[in-house]
Amino acid sequence: MLEIRNLHVAIEDGTKKILNGLNLTIRDGEVAAIMGPNGSGKSTLSYVIAGKDDYEVLDGEILLDGENLLEMEPDARAAAGVFLAFQYPLEIPGVATMTFLKAALNAQRKGRGENELTTPDFMKRVKVGAEKLGIPQDMLKRGLNVGFSGGEKKRMEILQMALLEPSIGILDETDSGLDIDALKIVSEGVNALRSAKRSFLVITHYQRLLNYIVPDTVHVMSKGQIVRTGGKELAFELEANGYADYVTNAAA
Amino acid sequence: MSNIAPLKTEAEQALIAQGSGIAPDRKAAFERFLESGLPHRRVEAYHYTDLRALLKNAPPPAKAGGKVSVTSPLADIDADIITIVDGHYEASLSSTPPKGVTVKMVTTLADDGSAQKSVLSSDPVIALNAAFSDSALDIAIDAKTELVKPLIIRLVTTAAHASYPRVRITVGDHAKAFIVESHEGGVAGSLIDSVLEVRMGDHVVFDHLRLNVVDHAATVLTSFGGAMGKESLCRSHNFIVGGALSRHQIFFRFEGEQSKAEISSASLLNKKQHADSTLVVDHAVPECQSREFFAHVLDDESTGVFQGKIIVRPGAQQTDGKMMSRAIVLEDGATMNNKPELEIFADDVACGHGATVGALDEDLLFYLRARGLPKTEAEALMLQAFVGEALESIEHDGIRDVLEALAEQWLKARSA
Repeated sequence: MLEIRNLHVAIEDGTKKILNGLNLTIRDGEVAAIMGPNGSGKSTLSYVIAGKDDYEVLDGEILLDGENLLEMEPDARAAAGVFLAFQYPLEIPGVATMTFLKAALNAQRKGRGENELTTPDFMKRVKVGAEKLGIPQDMLKRGLNVGFSGGEKKRMEILQMALLEPSIGILDETDSGLDIDALKIVSEGVNALRSAKRSFLVITHYQRLLNYIVPDTVHVMSKGQIVRTGGKELAFELEANGYADYVTNAAA
Repeated sequence: MSNIAPLKTEAEQALIAQGSGIAPDRKAAFERFLESGLPHRRVEAYHYTDLRALLKNAPPPAKAGGKVSVTSPLADIDADIITIVDGHYEASLSSTPPKGVTVKMVTTLADDGSAQKSVLSSDPVIALNAAFSDSALDIAIDAKTELVKPLIIRLVTTAAHASYPRVRITVGDHAKAFIVESHEGGVAGSLIDSVLEVRMGDHVVFDHLRLNVVDHAATVLTSFGGAMGKESLCRSHNFIVGGALSRHQIFFRFEGEQSKAEISSASLLNKKQHADSTLVVDHAVPECQSREFFAHVLDDESTGVFQGKIIVRPGAQQTDGKMMSRAIVLEDGATMNNKPELEIFADDVACGHGATVGALDEDLLFYLRARGLPKTEAEALMLQAFVGEALESIEHDGIRDVLEALAEQWLKARSA
């Protein structure tokens, strides 16, 4: 279970506040969607959960299964079960995708006090995961994300999530830059990972993604707060009416 | 002369005393050195590596080779070996040259004009080598000889003295060879000033690696001069982790058309190391291609210098030259000096250069850490990829593996 309580965050110089007392609870197995206009703080929330240090947490806490994530380094958070699928996955020339996957997988296992995977076991997992997502083998030999299309990068993020088996997967605008076919593949990949123990936080602008990854709850974010919470039907309402109501409400 | 005699440093005074009994055939070179003294910051080519200030003393040349106690990082490579200890050829540590290769010591050098007539410039460090090297090792690779194994020249320093080794290699037409110059050993106060000259014929494939793994307290000055005929390929790789003070010079000249040179270098520096890579590529004839890639990783209070110059002579049309220097500075105390230059006297050429200096990309680092890699491991992975780019053109898998392992070792020591 992920519990965010009264979270106040500013960018590093402390002058510009982005999150203003945000509260959010995601139960085990729940898929929660966060929707909201540009600049409402959605991506900031995902980065703060994952531990990017460009932000200053002024108040509040983030608990994953009772452990305070804010006291952990980003790699410790990953080992504890946090996975952030980046909106813009980064390219790392010179590091073969396979090498990276193995390093990440084993670093997390080490972080949890588990044994490293044997090479055949690792290879098998990657092969099975890559096939499901339609990732060709030769892509795995290339530098991580180097020369990959937008859709390929997003599929690679989902492959990493599948291999790392997090307890909470955060998808930061995973639908951006995807055509409808890629969106289907990525969504199927995510749906295959849904389980009673694993929860998801799906951040998106548009209702479209939520046709494929059907959420249990939908939260509307504005000015760094959750301003409304509802079921999946709330997404349709937003799609029809836009965010204008929330922007003015929050400002009032 | 009405010139005011400049004050001599301790090192210069020692060199002058050592040169008093110099053989007549070395005198011209010694006098050239006397005229200029050690190069200093007002000498443009030594602006970032002021030897007058940095070279604290000049130990006397070693009379004979000492006992070798270091193991070469390349010890497990299947190779032919030539060992030079403290400037002296050591037959007992050298293998019989392979077929098509002649190795001989030349103890009476005609005059130091050889340096002038050769591809090497009138550089003061080379002049010093010419003055004090009392012999040269000549290696002749016959035409059409294709060496299966690399030929490793180990240059080992065993004590706090100076050595001035000179190796002259001729590569016959249609020959293929991989020559490694491996600088090993060294102690506080030791100085090596080496020169490797290579004259390549036509249709040659020549690989060269200069490895510097000497002790962190030693001084290493090393010059590589290459001249190449037509339709040939030369790849020169440089890997530098050793030395308190080092300068690695490359003077390369195209003398035949449609040849290609690839020069790459990786320097991993820490503590107070100062390492200078200086390069002059001279396109004297048309239709040649050169690629230069220099990578520096600078930790602690280390200093890196890259000076690269591509010269395109009048008439050297269709020259294609690209030079790149990249440096990653890991600590605020570290310094990188970049001086790329193009001197172009032809109008139909494609030449370019670039230089970057920066820290490790924070966003990349976060991406790796968000995947579970601890900070030092994430940094090591990024640095290894960075250095790997400078090593990827090494065709010999075994040697490339050794260098990658040395880089990994360096990175491990950093995070320890």
